[in-house]
Amino acid sequence: MVKSGTLILHTAARILMPLQLLFSVFLLLRGHDEPGGGFIAGLVAAGAFTLYLFAFGVSATREVLRMVDPRDLVGMGLLLGMISVFPAWFMDQPFLTAQWWEIPGIDFKASSPLIFDVGVYLAVLGSVLAMVMTLMEVDKDEP
Amino acid sequence: MMQLAVLSGFVLAAFAPLLHRWFGARTSFVLAAFPAALALWFLNLMPAVMSGETLTFGVEWVPSLGMSLTFVVDGLSLLFSLLITVIGTFVLIYAGGYLKGHPDLVRFHIALVAFMVSMLGLVLADGLITLFVFWELTSITSYLLIGFNHADLEARKSARQGLFVTFGGGLALMAGLVMLGNAGGSWSFAELGTMGDVLREHDLYAPLLICLLLGAFTKSAQFPFHFWLPNAMAAPTPVSAYLHSATMVKAGIYLMARLQPSLGGTEMWVGILSVVGAITMFTGAFLAIRHTNIKKLLAYSTIMALGTLTMLLGIGTEGALIAFVTFLLAHSLYKGALFMVAGILDHETGTKDVTAMGGLRSLMPVTALVAMLAALSLAGAPPLFGFLAKELMFESVLEAGAFRWLILLLAFSAAFLTIAVAAIVALRPFFGERRPTPRVAHEAPVSMLLGPAVLAVLSLLLGLVPVLAGTGLLTAAASVVMGEPVTVSLALWHGVNLPLIMSLVSLALGYVMFLRWDRVRARLARLDPLIARGPEAGYEAFMHWITVVSDWQTRILQNGYMRNYLMVMVLTLIALIGNSLLLRHSPAIAFQLDVRFHEVVVVSMMVMGALFAAITRSRLSAVVSVGIMGFSIALIFILFSAPDLGITQLLVETLTVILLVLVLFRLPRFASLSTPLERVRDLLVAGTVGVLITLLVLTAWGVDQFVPISGYMIENSVPLAHGRNIVNVILVDYRALDTLGEIFVLALAAIGVIAMLKLRAAEKSKPVPKEKESADG
Repeated sequence: MVKSGTLILHTAARILMPLQLLFSVFLLLRGHDEPGGGFIAGLVAAGAFTLYLFAFGVSATREVLRMVDPRDLVGMGLLLGMISVFPAWFMDQPFLTAQWWEIPGIDFKASSPLIFDVGVYLAVLGSVLAMVMTLMEVDKDEP
Repeated sequence: MMQLAVLSGFVLAAFAPLLHRWFGARTSFVLAAFPAALALWFLNLMPAVMSGETLTFGVEWVPSLGMSLTFVVDGLSLLFSLLITVIGTFVLIYAGGYLKGHPDLVRFHIALVAFMVSMLGLVLADGLITLFVFWELTSITSYLLIGFNHADLEARKSARQGLFVTFGGGLALMAGLVMLGNAGGSWSFAELGTMGDVLREHDLYAPLLICLLLGAFTKSAQFPFHFWLPNAMAAPTPVSAYLHSATMVKAGIYLMARLQPSLGGTEMWVGILSVVGAITMFTGAFLAIRHTNIKKLLAYSTIMALGTLTMLLGIGTEGALIAFVTFLLAHSLYKGALFMVAGILDHETGTKDVTAMGGLRSLMPVTALVAMLAALSLAGAPPLFGFLAKELMFESVLEAGAFRWLILLLAFSAAFLTIAVAAIVALRPFFGERRPTPRVAHEAPVSMLLGPAVLAVLSLLLGLVPVLAGTGLLTAAASVVMGEPVTVSLALWHGVNLPLIMSLVSLALGYVMFLRWDRVRARLARLDPLIARGPEAGYEAFMHWITVVSDWQTRILQNGYMRNYLMVMVLTLIALIGNSLLLRHSPAIAFQLDVRFHEVVVVSMMVMGALFAAITRSRLSAVVSVGIMGFSIALIFILFSAPDLGITQLLVETLTVILLVLVLFRLPRFASLSTPLERVRDLLVAGTVGVLITLLVLTAWGVDQFVPISGYMIENSVPLAHGRNIVNVILVDYRALDTLGEIFVLALAAIGVIAMLKLRAAEKSKPVPKEKESADG
């Protein structure tokens, strides 16, 4: 159904995908202060892989993803989301209270909301990818 | 950190598959170390609790709602915790032998350990909500364990029945707990325990009591909800020994005991509990002797015991509550042992039918001895611990206030029937002539004998030296149930009194009953049609009608046509919003809106997109024009300086178009199937909802009911949440719990899509014979 193999799409996808992924990480990390965040970044990353999917097909994309199944990404995301619930507990504060840790040397604030945001990122990326890839795979199976 | 220690069991359960890979067949022993360690800890706490202390381990959970994950160790919860951990240790070891080599042993271990943690949480919880969460977790794990042999239709049916009955009660329990929390103004059992006088006078007392009791009665298999428990015997025997006799079915009993100081003592409480308890007690004992399946015999006698416990709580005098804690301990010890013996018999002989066994004494001497000890305790014969419990029970029944003669009659009949059951279980398989069994019997392995032997010996030891149990733990437990300090002094010999005479007469009658059991059973078979019309038939009818109704409403509401779903949703929206808008707020339209030229341009683009989508004859153009609307909305977000929303809208819109294009080719030809009349109807519905939403927005513009929360969020975004992007701060900090819920929903949706498409693909490829695969390869 989706024809892969036009030159422009191929070239564009090859160049754009890493840029898009980089951009998504950028969005993810700046999210707390500037427009961005896990949800948006996850969608951008999903868009990157979708572009690659359209250009090269499902099996090539699976190779790019190596061992990572999108479904595992969803699980990882949910797990990170759950993990970010607990740090507050060890500080004798209510669940989900944000915790901030200064990392000396670089100007970067690590925090439990960041862990949570990474969880959102992975869950969104995994869910969208899983849906798109399944849809395309089913198409491939059919005559 | 008791919470960590207990809840780490869930982590252990998750790692069970890994442990299996490392330890293989010895995993049961490794896992048993967990409850054993906890048991030691609880034993360590015993001196403090026995001196009347209440240990509180508090952790704030949702302080803004007054919810905390507080664990309280007092006499009652310590007694239960010890039973759960000690019997749990033995059951895990026992299961290692019983299910040796079973391919699904891992699954069993996961569910059993998870159950153990849930049950501990239930008895230790101080918060009403915490208790409820653990309560439902025990129902779920019990469901998984009853349905362990999931290839068996009967097991699946029984598991579902247990789940529906206990979940149905769970719903009532939730309502009851909410009412209780509101009535008392506190969500902690400890605090509610001190305000009994307020609660008993409260207007909501009757409804909240009935709801709470519905929950307790279904969980603890009280009449008329008792039928699920014997069916739950479809579970592997270690599960029956643990969940369905020693622990889970006592959750309801535990709840009632916990509530006794807050709610007990009223006429309603005494009436309902003592009568329902007495009826349950008799029903259980009476139905038991109809069965020849050893597990069913024991299951019905468990119902008898649960009824007795409820009845004793209902009577509620100091003596009755002392009898309650004594009976509770005695029953857990002997019934756990007897179930494990039943499992040994089943495992070694290959049959559960006691009439098919005989003369096993010489082949399985240890099992026979253990069975006899435990059964003597069940029968309440001296000098075992069960004897003490029964004496105390008779004593308190004799001093009962309301319904004394009814209760006395039922208690006495139940007692001698129980003695017959005990004799059947302990004598029938081991004495008499040898009978051929499906498997050649021999003594069970040590791992399977350890648990029942220890429990049976404890029954004997506590009977001979009652001081061991009486002065310490049972006193503390009874004091909690009573709400004030009591002293328990147990003694084997009370002198010749009425309870002793009743005991002896019931022993004699029970033995006669045992000798004539075959004839009695044949007589009782005539009652079968009557029993078939019992509460279980009511359950079946209920389930049948639920299916009929849901079938009907599915056909009406969920008929698979997208257009009908949309119609139903839009009409509901019109009805609800229209009603509220027209009746409660007069739609006041503010026309003094400040509209700029570029806004008009964007909005006209949207209007054109909508119109084109409605009239176009090509599906692809429809998708694209709907996309135009989406992008225009994104533009509006950006114009009104909400970049995050704008970006999100753009991305979602892009992905939606991609997904739509992917499925577009799978749809049938784009054809107009509706008649002109239907199109007019659709136009009317669509127009109405459009006008209504416009009215809503314009009205909402003028209504200002609350001070908006956004001010607080903007002010505190940087100082509290260290972030300047308020949208993101809301998502990951202020409202993180909502977001957590949302990503779970997202994951579920993804799983749903995968399951739907993959299953369909699998079904399609199923009828295709194998040649296709080889042709492909």
